Amino acid sequence: MNELLLGLADDELVIGWRDSEWTGIAPMLEEDVAFSSIAQNEIGHARAVYELLSDDADALAFDRAPVEYLCAPLVQLHLLDWGHAIARRWLYELADEIRIAALMESDDARVAGLAAKINREEAYHRMHAEMWRERLAGAPQFRAAVDELWPYALGVLPRAQRESLAARAGREEVEPGVRGVHDDAFAELHEEMTMVRRSAPAGAQW
Amino acid sequence: MVTEEQVWSALAEVPDPELPVVSLVDLGVIRSVDVHEGHVRLELTPTFLGCPALEFMVRALEEKVGELGTEADVAVIQDDSWSTDKITPAGREKLRAAGLSPPAPRLVQLRSQVHRCPHCGSTETRLENIFGPTPCRSLRYCERCRQPFEQFKTI
Repeated sequence: MNELLLGLADDELVIGWRDSEWTGIAPMLEEDVAFSSIAQNEIGHARAVYELLSDDADALAFDRAPVEYLCAPLVQLHLLDWGHAIARRWLYELADEIRIAALMESDDARVAGLAAKINREEAYHRMHAEMWRERLAGAPQFRAAVDELWPYALGVLPRAQRESLAARAGREEVEPGVRGVHDDAFAELHEEMTMVRRSAPAGAQW
Repeated sequence: MVTEEQVWSALAEVPDPELPVVSLVDLGVIRSVDVHEGHVRLELTPTFLGCPALEFMVRALEEKVGELGTEADVAVIQDDSWSTDKITPAGREKLRAAGLSPPAPRLVQLRSQVHRCPHCGSTETRLENIFGPTPCRSLRYCERCRQPFEQFKTI
């Protein structure tokens, strides 16, 4: 299995779940809608990439043990405040744009086509993240959150793409967070995320 | 034996589940119809990958082709071959009449960032929220007629 693509799909699935945690409790109604919609898109991207990798996307998404997920630490962090949530969205979109651009150049036409599709949708996530970054740029809590999450952001990308991320973020490269290493918060998320699948292994119907 | 033409006219009656004023053909999401020895193969290109209506659309297309007395295979194509430029002129007009601003051609729209109010035609409109009730829509407000409206995202 292509670990780069599986890591991408796992990132999109997990950040989709984390973003959806703001549904109903974001600081304003517009952001309830925005985070819910972004989460829905990210999970849609995860599904499409899992479908490239396997005939059974649900099995790949929900039947693995927590240790088998290759997601980056940035996406699995359980963030409790808005400044961190926006810092993560901004850093994640910066990193994601770099790897999606690289996949658009893939020799595999299915990978390149899907990456181009994802890129069109992500343009709106980037606009949203950039709008908030501008709004919060002067807030000490936001700047501290970006400082704190920066090593995790570098861990989203393979080594060769980190320099480009550092240039875009205007920061120095540091020791990155390691992909595929999970904390207790991820175990809890996994438990919740796989609940429906475990209760209806043949496929839930609505 | 069913013809491609018959299939296209049948599909023109399948409404978009979230925007029933337009059909899936108006929306331009049916990329191809291929009839081979009585068997129908369709290619469906989603507007957004996370569109929750996707499976519903596949079933609706299968049922519609079923009414013609044959079966359809619907392949969901996950590449960037759909864009808002695929919405047909008739589809654009139906969207506008329903109060939903259709995007100008992609390259023009991305450069100009001008969005016309579907109610009064004014270009004095502002973005309220990039995200709206479905992934493909944004919310705007018209400063002239003071009406909120939805805009189809340019992708």
